[in-house]
Amino acid sequence: MPIGLAANDAPAQERPSVPTAAGSSAVAAQVATYLFLNAEEAAFIEAAVARLIPADDRWPGALEAGVPNYIDKQLNGAWGAGERLYRSGPWQTGTPSQGYQLPFTPAEFFRTAISAINAELRAKTPFAKMTAAEQDTYLHSLEAGGKDLGGVPSNIFFSELWESTVEGFFSDPVYGGNRAMVAWRMIGFPGAYASYYDIVHQHGISVDRGPVSLAEDVHGHVHMNPAIPAHLP
Amino acid sequence: MAERLRPVNVVTVGVGMTGAIMGKELAAAGLKVVGIERGPGRDTVPDFQSPAIHDELRFAIRKALMQDNVKETVTVRNSSDQTALPMRRWIGFLPGTGVGGALVHWNGQTYRFQPADFVYKTHLEQRYGKSFIDPELTVQDWGVTYGELEPHYDRFEYLCGTSGKAGNIKGQIQRGGNPFEGPRSREYPTPPMKEPYYGALFRKGAESLGYHPFPQPASTLSQPYTNPEGLTLQQCVFCGFCERFACEHFAKASPQTIVLPAALKNTNYELRTNCQVLRVNLDSTGKTATGVTYVDAAGREFEQPADIVLITAYAFNNVRLLLNSGIGKPYDPSTGEGAVGRNYAYQTVSASTVFYDADVNINPFMASGSSGTVIDDFSGDNFDHGPHKFIGGAYVGAIMTGGRPIEFHPTPPGTPAWGLGWKQAVARHYNHTVVLTVHGSSHPARHNYLDLDPTYKDAWGLPLLRMTFDFPDNDIRMSSYVTDKATEIGRAMGGKTVASAPRRRPYTTTAYQTTHNTGGAVMGNDPKTSVLNRYLQCWDVSNVFVVGASAFAHNASYNPTNTVGALTFWALDAIKNQYLKSPGPLVHT
Repeated sequence: MPIGLAANDAPAQERPSVPTAAGSSAVAAQVATYLFLNAEEAAFIEAAVARLIPADDRWPGALEAGVPNYIDKQLNGAWGAGERLYRSGPWQTGTPSQGYQLPFTPAEFFRTAISAINAELRAKTPFAKMTAAEQDTYLHSLEAGGKDLGGVPSNIFFSELWESTVEGFFSDPVYGGNRAMVAWRMIGFPGAYASYYDIVHQHGISVDRGPVSLAEDVHGHVHMNPAIPAHLP
Repeated sequence: MAERLRPVNVVTVGVGMTGAIMGKELAAAGLKVVGIERGPGRDTVPDFQSPAIHDELRFAIRKALMQDNVKETVTVRNSSDQTALPMRRWIGFLPGTGVGGALVHWNGQTYRFQPADFVYKTHLEQRYGKSFIDPELTVQDWGVTYGELEPHYDRFEYLCGTSGKAGNIKGQIQRGGNPFEGPRSREYPTPPMKEPYYGALFRKGAESLGYHPFPQPASTLSQPYTNPEGLTLQQCVFCGFCERFACEHFAKASPQTIVLPAALKNTNYELRTNCQVLRVNLDSTGKTATGVTYVDAAGREFEQPADIVLITAYAFNNVRLLLNSGIGKPYDPSTGEGAVGRNYAYQTVSASTVFYDADVNINPFMASGSSGTVIDDFSGDNFDHGPHKFIGGAYVGAIMTGGRPIEFHPTPPGTPAWGLGWKQAVARHYNHTVVLTVHGSSHPARHNYLDLDPTYKDAWGLPLLRMTFDFPDNDIRMSSYVTDKATEIGRAMGGKTVASAPRRRPYTTTAYQTTHNTGGAVMGNDPKTSVLNRYLQCWDVSNVFVVGASAFAHNASYNPTNTVGALTFWALDAIKNQYLKSPGPLVHT
């Protein structure tokens, strides 16, 4: 059989071996080196993503999965600098249908909004020091909008923070989140397998194999027909 | 100052599907052809290979294969009284770039339009009377018939190796196919793909309600196939990385797998990549094109003289190039005069989501971009619109393109938007949910059009295209009606909960709907209401042909690629058999 799931014939990775919330301190102990976020920003991001996708007794949450590390690396890289973002003015608010219309790059956007939040809360209770319930209330207030975060409307900030959190949770671990593919294990997404041809017609089966990351050595299992030559210059 | 290059016979502006096919064919006919592509060269090997190609973040979220917004985007507004603003990132639709164009990242859904679509106004008026069509809609005939296009549909499908089951061969209804389709001359080149579980569930539900499910025609192939160019495609393995990705398996029809290697073998054909065409140059009469001016990756400007200019880019870029070159009269919505930018249409897409018990494993990741099962009972004019106050329709089907989790993590109504409740709902429903697509027609309306933006410019200093669009009442009513049908099917499929969202106004760029932008340079019989004659030749400049979905007079219930392919071969035949023998207008007014 040239292709198919059998190519990954390692024993199925049992779910019990996955880091659970109980074991999450061990995972979280792999402290990320932040390249973009300063300590105060990191404290906010870590606390916020832990509320957006919390750990529970079965599965780690965004914090344990490394989402702050993912966000940090994204903000420090090309995306943070405004890659693929049309950045010519004039700048106008527009209608909700017209999408993102702020002059900030993602890096500027996160720094500006988080600085405003931290400045507001420094004299009160910093976000990271709040109880979980207080944090949820504060996040809901950002989500509801109407708060200006240094030029960033809070609802837009919330929405970008949420999108980045989901990305970091579910993207391939090579990007620094979804550590040990915990999010994929949680939902049963097998990752970067190259073929389901031999099982797609087996309706309703339970796929019990562990997921595959781009970073794993799957060479030889994924190339359908490497012998076919390319023609473009 | 532009460097003037040696003249050639033909220039194609863009080397996607239409440019690659036309370039290959005309080079084979002995003409010197230059294909000018604004994006990079790329091929299955080494560019589309595993593991890197299976990267949802890079390709689906960051849109690595799409046009670079930094250089070029479009501006958008819902109505003429608003200020259009640039789409600073692609979200709502995704124009591709690079060799192969959007046919590198497409899903492979390969539908024909209905015979009635090409004689749309005539057909609807005959069936329902002259006052039935909402007067705000600028519905018109295309100037070509299904019968004329049928051999060209056939040719395109056999180039792609499309997998499917015919429903109508020369008027004989075929069991297992789409009984509503126009007659085709023969069976599909390859049999249907395997039916994934979501397709089987849909089939059962739809059949229980008396509908006519059939396998979605797919240019992700069910078996190896060698096309008339001698190029061999491989069997699709349902890896789930089609839409927004390139195929590593040689299993998806794209210019790289179906035609480009044949073009590049011919010394009459030359491909130039990373070159942005700024304008089509006209002679002093304004009635003849002399070639194009383009800028290469290093910023050097060139003039490429050519006898024939084929504008073969994405629909929006075709229209923008006409406007920036001063070809044709721009449409003015206040007077209804002018044809360039007129009859812009989109696609009216909605969905019903079917949530199952936790013991029903859907395995949504076992998919190709075009595997799935659909019904055509409510498409186009396949049902009597007499009792309804709308024209058009939608196909409905279970088409899941891979279950990649950044984009796909469905939750039932009432689930919190974030937090523990959200997380637990995602874990509970990810593998136990089927999404039904309601893929509907889009009708041109007087107030929807394309023109040049007065403010925003591209990286070369030229005006961006401005899109003024909102869904017409007619299409909103259609979406409501057919989405209700999808909800009924969802219930018949045994789901616990069915959540439906018919299309609503306003049109928004903030959530992906489809990249099926059509019209703006439409074909037709009347130069007042069309930019092109029935052979896709410019009425005003007879050595310019504009090939693409920009030629659609309206957008039907189906994905546009197959019809673009058929029109490409139709125009090619006209160029080879008529135009080359006697250059000049092929239709006289």
